Amino acid sequence: MSKNLDLKLRIWRQDGPDAPGSFLDIEAKGISEDASFLEMLDTVNERLLDDDVEPINFPHDCREGICGTCGMMVNGRAHGPEKATATCQLHMRKFDDGDEITVEPWRAASFPVIKDLVVDRSPLDRIVEAGGFISAPTGTAPDANQILIPKEAAEMSMDAASCIGCGACVASCPNSAAQLFTAAKLTHLNVLPQGQPERWKRTEAMVETMEEYFGACTNHGECHEACPKEIPLDFIAFMNRDYIKAKIKNRSLASQIS
Amino acid sequence: MINLDSKVPDGPLADKWDNHRFAMKLINPPNKRKFKVIVVGSGLAGASAAASLGELGYNVDVFTYHDSPRRAHSISAQGGINGAKNYQNDADSIHRLFYDTVKGGDYRSREANVYRLSQVSVDIIDQCIAQGVPFAREYGGLLANRSFGGAQVSRTFYARGQTGQQLLLGAYQAMAAQIATGKVTLHNRSDVLDIVTKDGEACGVVVRDLLTGQVSSHSAHAVVLATGGYGNVYYLSTNALACNVTASWRAHRKGAAFANPCFGQIHPTCIPAGDEFQSKLTLMSESLRNDGRIWVPRDIDESRSADQISEAERYYYLEEKYPTFGNLVPRDVASRNAKTVVDQGHGVGELKNGVYLDFADSIGREGIDVIRERYGNLFDMYERITGEDPYRQPMRIYPASHYSMGGLWVDYNLMTTVPGLYALGECNFSDHGANRLGASALMQGLADGYFVLPYTIGDYLAPKLGNAAIPTDDPVFTEAVAEVDTRTRHWLSKSGTKSADHYHRELGTVLRDYCGMARDKTGLEKALSEIPAIREEFRKDVKVLGSADGLNQSLEKVNRVDDFMELAELVVRDALDREESCGAHFRDESQTDEGEALRDDDNYSYVAAWEWKGPNQPQELHKEHLEFENIELTQRSYK
Repeated sequence: MSKNLDLKLRIWRQDGPDAPGSFLDIEAKGISEDASFLEMLDTVNERLLDDDVEPINFPHDCREGICGTCGMMVNGRAHGPEKATATCQLHMRKFDDGDEITVEPWRAASFPVIKDLVVDRSPLDRIVEAGGFISAPTGTAPDANQILIPKEAAEMSMDAASCIGCGACVASCPNSAAQLFTAAKLTHLNVLPQGQPERWKRTEAMVETMEEYFGACTNHGECHEACPKEIPLDFIAFMNRDYIKAKIKNRSLASQIS
Repeated sequence: MINLDSKVPDGPLADKWDNHRFAMKLINPPNKRKFKVIVVGSGLAGASAAASLGELGYNVDVFTYHDSPRRAHSISAQGGINGAKNYQNDADSIHRLFYDTVKGGDYRSREANVYRLSQVSVDIIDQCIAQGVPFAREYGGLLANRSFGGAQVSRTFYARGQTGQQLLLGAYQAMAAQIATGKVTLHNRSDVLDIVTKDGEACGVVVRDLLTGQVSSHSAHAVVLATGGYGNVYYLSTNALACNVTASWRAHRKGAAFANPCFGQIHPTCIPAGDEFQSKLTLMSESLRNDGRIWVPRDIDESRSADQISEAERYYYLEEKYPTFGNLVPRDVASRNAKTVVDQGHGVGELKNGVYLDFADSIGREGIDVIRERYGNLFDMYERITGEDPYRQPMRIYPASHYSMGGLWVDYNLMTTVPGLYALGECNFSDHGANRLGASALMQGLADGYFVLPYTIGDYLAPKLGNAAIPTDDPVFTEAVAEVDTRTRHWLSKSGTKSADHYHRELGTVLRDYCGMARDKTGLEKALSEIPAIREEFRKDVKVLGSADGLNQSLEKVNRVDDFMELAELVVRDALDREESCGAHFRDESQTDEGEALRDDDNYSYVAAWEWKGPNQPQELHKEHLEFENIELTQRSYK
């Protein structure tokens, strides 16, 4: 039979973006080690409700690690101690009886707290809207097999496209940089033949939109460590190379000699 | 009075869609700018519709309760998307996909809709490739395919175990391009809580801003619902936790008929429930059945671990009962058989509530690397959740509520019984009959959004050229806003004792017990008497804390559970009315000698479309009789 854990939780509570926040200390007794981290929070919330305390708002939805909604700092680490795992897939068997667990929202100036553990990550969508797409209006496509794509390119594209946009990369970066997210979105499209016509325009627009909202990358690599999908760090190098090329190519005069 | 005119065009099956496209009225490009369309939901159906409508020139307002459109639950679909490309040279065709879908749905879908779905399935694949969806490929650079439950051809396109994610990113990115041009306006964290009609036509929606709690109205020439399924009515399901029926249900209350609500798919391969705190059941892709063998111990008192049980002591019940399809029988058949063996006491795991899905043979045959390449991410997910390593011991699986074949009734144009109100994707009832085949949900969502609605909506809008949208200060809007505001706030004024989850869980238990994989008259009648009691108790005793003027997840939840409470009763009523078995709807009273679903085509070959008659009044049943001109109805057999 599965074990139960008694835990000491310190959970960040904040009423709104401008309200001061503070930690709430809660004893969580008898938590099954088979529960997921979010199910543990569900249990805590049920108990808070019984005690007439408003339940903690926390981001979550699919609870199978793919929608990217959930995300919190667990003991100072984005998504908690388990590698390549979103918070919803983290299970309590990774903790020990008597553990003290600190739970905070994503920490980044670009992600202001909305309430409790919920933050606003919409700048990530602004990056995509700046050019993270291939212009192919519905109905214009040629037969799917007319576009041959080497398996390796398709695999690399898929490695990048598996980004779930959770923002852990930003939250774990000392500079709150969004390089890994942007690099993933760019690599997904830039390595594909269909992505070539808009490659340089896309790269310049997305990188510069990213810089409007987020900090600069200083190659710590924390983003990759925290990433639940293990997006490779070298995609950032790939992005940087494309950005430099884009700066030249997007100036028609200069591109004639490059 | 509801009029169920399916508006299926005349002519031979294969020409219907072509003829219809020619017959529909057109709006010239500059005039499209004069129309505004509201799209509710940003999953595959919603995002693809919004992108396509924006490209055509319409002004589109998209509403999603998520923080980003790319969170929609389409993202969780794992296995793949069907397309009748016949790239594998295995005799697939549009007609075969059509045939498989109608047969797989146990002959309870509309032929013309399914045929159109099969026709556009090939265009969807092309469209997705053009957008940069990284489908799996062969070394030559061509697309790879696999076969999927219920099909004997390889027509499924896939992107590892994350096909839904990739297709959603494609649709979302197409929509993002339109957001950038200003043709699509995105309203995120916006919960649509009512549909507004004037003179019987849809004219807008009432929305609660989840961050400020402000309730506002939005007006348009047409409203498109793409709000997904209602599997969460069972509390435990594979759906994301926020998936709900609210927009569909509010539309139903405004006159949209709700069709075949009892057709809910129970997916055979999910991780079994572990404990009462369980919040959801995680799906393990059906593609696993291609390589995994399903079995239980023959001895119901078996207590040894799987590796200690010899071949002779294992009961490979699907392979034994269905030699032709084996482990690849359709979902309803696989689910029901799992229930049967578990009910007989053969179940495995601590709670004896699962069956084994065993990869030992395929690992031995193909090598662990091949299996890891195919299913690595699923195996990892399984291990994270259960703490067990599926490379070394079999997975434990059990069926769970997954997909809603039922939904808002729509005609051939995807319009509900409320003029100007459309329903796309899982929230309509249209294409899957009584059971959906694997890899067909993504296909239908994108078919509706990319290739059907963008044409059919023009036919409705064309005569309205020159009409302004109803202003939001019209009494129909101000009254609807006041009603939603009152409804939302009243939950906070109660001094109840238990959470919405508590009552939702109770509701789910009743539904699972009496209206799950097998149903009978006695059980359904019992459910019909218990559900109103739970609903009353919930409405009296639910406890919600906090404020209505900001983010309050408990408040969001309580509104949704309230609508599930009403829907649940209709699900049961529909199951009670349909005294036949078909597809996912298995009535114990109606089975063959071999225990398979026994249809009654003479009496039940219809779509049950229910009309709202007011609170606490039973809905009225209307029937759309199904005619099959191109397919001969047979008893499904997968032996």
